[in-house]
Amino acid sequence: MATVSAASPVEVDPTLTPDEITFLAKPWVTIVWNDPVNLMSYVSYVFQKYFGYPEPKAEKLMMEVHEDGKSVVSTGTREEMERDVQAMHEYGLWATMEKAT
Amino acid sequence: MGAFTRHRSSRLVIANFSGFEADLLRSLASQIVELLRNEAAVPDDSRDPFEAMMDFSGPTSEPEDPVLQRLFPTAYTEDAEAASEFRRFTEGSLRDGKAAAACCIIDTLEEAGLPPELEEDGLMIDVELDEPSAETWMRSFTDIRLALATRLGVEEGDEEVWAALDDEDPRSQAHDIYEWVGWLQETLVEALTR
Repeated sequence: MATVSAASPVEVDPTLTPDEITFLAKPWVTIVWNDPVNLMSYVSYVFQKYFGYPEPKAEKLMMEVHEDGKSVVSTGTREEMERDVQAMHEYGLWATMEKAT
Repeated sequence: MGAFTRHRSSRLVIANFSGFEADLLRSLASQIVELLRNEAAVPDDSRDPFEAMMDFSGPTSEPEDPVLQRLFPTAYTEDAEAASEFRRFTEGSLRDGKAAAACCIIDTLEEAGLPPELEEDGLMIDVELDEPSAETWMRSFTDIRLALATRLGVEEGDEEVWAALDDEDPRSQAHDIYEWVGWLQETLVEALTR
């Protein structure tokens, strides 16, 4: 199972709020999109198993995918998100990545 | 028959298939293997011809087959160059992984006694999977279901369309198999969750 590696060191501007610092350090997101095939139980299982999310969080993300059509399932550096997207494709989930907005 | 359960003491994930069911699963898994090996990894020819020739590490353009497009989605929707690069570095290993997972199903069934040609009536195949193998089966069931659903054109909330088809309609039979693999997968996820 994959582990989340530490964020790469960044120069921190002392005027930034903690939220802004987090945003700068983790500027990419992995998005999982709804599809008519994957089982809800399976999607939740994958989120728990791969990301190590507790069941309530995995269920919440799965329901977002199901009801809103997509959900941001992880945030991190570009390299980390490429790993996550590849892993989601291994599991047959429809995942894409983009810069966080 | 066919439902996966978790054995109380051994913790193995077990299932019991009829010869017909085991043969059907083998046939579906074999088709995934064939599909993954058949369509050649086509290099992106919009690049410099020499550069393209010297780079055979992996495909950079979307597969033509809709099933393969679904198995290997485009990772970057708004950046074609990044999408090609991602594909070049990932599609080869994703293909190998999915083919290996389908082969795991075939090998397990044959080791459990499924003969190359199913002739005997009343044959039963007992499958016992440790957790990593059960996960491999579970992932491969997804690939099989994605392939069947793409060929059938399954959409969200279309159950009534399939229910209304004549039993003799080949699409109806294919959809029944799709549903059956979905049910198997559901029991497998449940067994793994326990």
